[in-house]
Amino acid sequence: VLLIAFSVVAVAHAEVCKPDAQNAFKVRLSIKTALGDNAYAWDANEEYLFKAMVAFAMRRYSSKNTTQISNVLLCNVTDRVSFWFVVTDSTKNVTTVPGSEVEAAIRMNRNRINSAFLLNDKTLQFLKISSTLSPPVEPSIPVWLIVFGVVLCVTVAGIVFLLVSGIQRRKKKNKESSETENLEEKCEVTVTIENGIPCETLDLKAGHINGVCAADDERFTSL
Amino acid sequence: ESLKEDGRPKWDNKFQYILSCIGFAVGLGNVWRFPYLCQIHGGGAFLIPYFIALIFEGIPLLHLELALGQRLRKGSIGAWNTISPYLGGVGVSSWMVSVLVSLYYNTVLTWVMWYFINSFQEPLPWSVCPLNENRTGLNEECYESTAVNYFWYRKTLNITPDVTENGTLQWWLVLCLAACWGIVYLCTIRGIETTGKAIYVTAIFPYLVLTIFLIHGLTLPGATEGLAYLFTPNLNILKNPRVWLDAATQIFFSLSLAFGGLIAFSSYNPPKNDCEKDAVTVAIVNCMTSLYASIPIFSVLGFKATTGYWDCLDRNIISIINKFDLPEQSIMRQNYTTWIRLLNSSHPEKIAELKLKSCDLQEFLDQSASGTGLAFIVFTQAVILMPGSQAWAILFFIMLFSLGLSSMFGNIEGVFTPLLELRIISKSTPKELISGIICLISFLIALCFTLGSGSYWIEIFDSYAASFPLLVIAFFEVIGVAYVYKVKRFSKDVKWMTGRKPNLYWQISWKFISPLLLLIVFVAFVTLQVQKPPSYAAWNPKYVHFPMKEEKVYPPWVLAICMLLAVLPCIFVPLVALLHLIKRMLGSKN
Repeated sequence: VLLIAFSVVAVAHAEVCKPDAQNAFKVRLSIKTALGDNAYAWDANEEYLFKAMVAFAMRRYSSKNTTQISNVLLCNVTDRVSFWFVVTDSTKNVTTVPGSEVEAAIRMNRNRINSAFLLNDKTLQFLKISSTLSPPVEPSIPVWLIVFGVVLCVTVAGIVFLLVSGIQRRKKKNKESSETENLEEKCEVTVTIENGIPCETLDLKAGHINGVCAADDERFTSL
Repeated sequence: ESLKEDGRPKWDNKFQYILSCIGFAVGLGNVWRFPYLCQIHGGGAFLIPYFIALIFEGIPLLHLELALGQRLRKGSIGAWNTISPYLGGVGVSSWMVSVLVSLYYNTVLTWVMWYFINSFQEPLPWSVCPLNENRTGLNEECYESTAVNYFWYRKTLNITPDVTENGTLQWWLVLCLAACWGIVYLCTIRGIETTGKAIYVTAIFPYLVLTIFLIHGLTLPGATEGLAYLFTPNLNILKNPRVWLDAATQIFFSLSLAFGGLIAFSSYNPPKNDCEKDAVTVAIVNCMTSLYASIPIFSVLGFKATTGYWDCLDRNIISIINKFDLPEQSIMRQNYTTWIRLLNSSHPEKIAELKLKSCDLQEFLDQSASGTGLAFIVFTQAVILMPGSQAWAILFFIMLFSLGLSSMFGNIEGVFTPLLELRIISKSTPKELISGIICLISFLIALCFTLGSGSYWIEIFDSYAASFPLLVIAFFEVIGVAYVYKVKRFSKDVKWMTGRKPNLYWQISWKFISPLLLLIVFVAFVTLQVQKPPSYAAWNPKYVHFPMKEEKVYPPWVLAICMLLAVLPCIFVPLVALLHLIKRMLGSKN
C-alpha cells in the first residue's frame, strides 16, 4: 500500500512539475562561468539549498509560515545546470501556487537567493522573471565639471600671470628707455640704412648683396 | 623679449623652430586619416603613391614656403606683396583660409576636451547605456545603436536630424569651447615667444603617448591581425586613380601647406639658415609620424575586431549550450566549428531556430573609420575593452589635444603675423591685446559650431574651406615663385641663405613637376566633387533603418554657403591683382 501511495504521489508530482507546466519556472545556473576554479558541483545538497531558498522567499513574501521545503518540487535537472521548479500549496490538494506570487516572492528576495549560491542575476537566471535594473549612481556634482573647473582655473591663472608680467615688463622698459634715450641717439638700430635706402628693398632691387648690409650684427657694439 | 636688430622677434633656438614646424604639420590627420587611407587603399601598397607625392609635391612646396618666409621676413600677406603686388592676393587668400580653419579646428579640440574630462569617471560614460524614463529598460536610442554611438551623438553633440535644424547651443560644449580658446590664448598670447615654450610640450608629448600605446597595443590579443590587415600590400589597387589622388591630397594637407603658417614661422628665423635641410627634415618627420601612429592605431583596431569576433562566437556558444542544455564550457571557441557541424547534422531544425549570427573576423576588421568616427566611436569602444580603461582614455585624449593644439598654433600664427605687419594696427598696441581680440572674435563665431547642427557645419567647412582653396593657393604659389619671381632669382636667394645653390631636383620640381601635379590634382579633385550632388550622412533616430545614418542632400542655401566657402578665399587672387592693375592705371594717368 505504501508503495502504491508513494508512486501515486510521485506521479502527481510529475504531473505538476514538468517543463512548460503551469506556474513552473525554468532556472539556469552558470557556476563555472561565475566561479571558475572555485566552482562547486551541482548535487542533491545544492538542490536542497535551492528548495530551502525558494521556501524562504515564499514565507517572507506571503508572511504565512505554511510553505515547507517539501512544497518546492524540482525536475528535469540537466548537465547545463538547468531545471524546472514549481511551488505547491499544501493547504489545497496538489495545486500549485500561482506563478505571479512565486515571481513576486523571488523578485523580492533575489539578492538573498543569489548570495546563497555565490552567483548574480546573470549567472543564476530565472527565465521569465526579469530582474529590476539598479538605477545608476549619480554623484552630486558630475565628475567632469570638477575636472573642467581645474583646467579652467589653471588656464585663467596662466593668462593672468602672463598679462601681468607683460604689463610689468612694459613699465620697466618705458622707464629704462626714457632714462637712456639721449645716449642712444647715435646707434640707430631700427632699420639698417645704406645711402638713405633701406637695405631690404636694396637687396630685391639690385638682386645681389654687397657686404655692407649683410653683416649688420658685427657693425654695432652690443648694448 | 629676444629681438633682432630690425625689431622682429625670433626663435630662442633652432630646435624650437623645427619643433613648431613639425607640430604644425603633424596633426590629427596623421592619426586618424592616414591609417584609414592605408587600410582602404591596399595597405603597404599605398606607401608607393604616398612617397612619390611626397618627393615631387610635398617637399618642393615645403622648401619653397620656408625659403620664402625666411628670405622676405614677413608673414604671408607681406611676403606675397613683396614678390609682386599682383600676387598679393595669394597672401590674402592664405590668411583667409587660416581664419576659416582656426574657427572650426578648435571646435574639434573642444570635442576632444569634452571626452578628456569625461574620462575620469568609473565606469566610462560611453560604456553603459542610461536607463529610460520609467527605469524599465535601457534608453531606446542607445539600445538600438551602441552606448558609444549614443554618447557621441546624443550626450556630446546632441545632434539634430538635419543640417537645417539648428537646435540650441549646447552649454557643455560652450564651456569647453571657452576653455579651449582660453588655452589657445594662453599659448599664443605673445606670438612665438609663448608658443615657442608651449611647443616643447605639445609637440613632444604625442610621441611619448604613441610609444606607450605602441608597446601596449602590441601586447593586446589580435594586434597582429590588425597590423597584417593594415600592411598587407595589394598592388592591384595602384591601377585605381582614386588612390593616387588620395595620396597627393593627403600629403598636401598633412604638411599644412598654403596656410601661410609655415611662412610666418620661417620669417622669424635668422636669414642665414639652412631652409633646405629644414624642409626635408620636417617632411620626413611628418611622414614617419604618420607611419608610426598607424601601428598602435591598427594594433588597437585589430584587438577590437578580435574581441568583437570572440564576443560573437561566445554569444553563439551560449545560445547553443542553453538550447541543448549541454554542460558549461563544453563548447569552446576552438572546437566551435566541429560542434556546429555535429549539431547541424543531428538537429538541423533546432540550430535553425537559434538564428545564429555568422562570425567572420574579416568582417570585423573591415569596419574601418576615419576622422571623428575613428577617435570618438571606434577607439573609445576599444578602450573600454582594455583593463585600466580610464588611464588609456585620458592618455589618448590628451595626445589628440596636443596634436591639435600644436596645429592650432600654426593656424593662429598664420592669422596673427600678417595682421601685425598690416599698417592698420599701430606698433604701440600690445600683442596681448591683438591676440586676445582674435581669440575672442573666433570664440564668438565658433559658437555656431556648438549648436545641434554644429558637426554638420564642421564637415562642410572641412570639405570646402580647407581643401579646394588650398590647392588653388598652392598652385599660384608655385607659379608665382617659378615664373613671376623667377626660379633663377629664387635660387640665388636660397644660395645666399643656405650657402649652396639648389640642385637640379629643386629647379625642375619648382618649374615643372609641382605645378603640373597640382594642376592634375586640382582638376581631378573638382571632377570628383561635381560628379555627384553633395550629400551628408545624418543621425536620425526616427529613420527607418536606424542605426544606419540617413543620406541627405544639402538644400540649396547650404550649397550656396559651400560654394562661398570654397570660392571666397580664391577670389582674392584675381581681385587683388585687378585692384593693383587699376591703381597702376590710375596712377599712370596722373
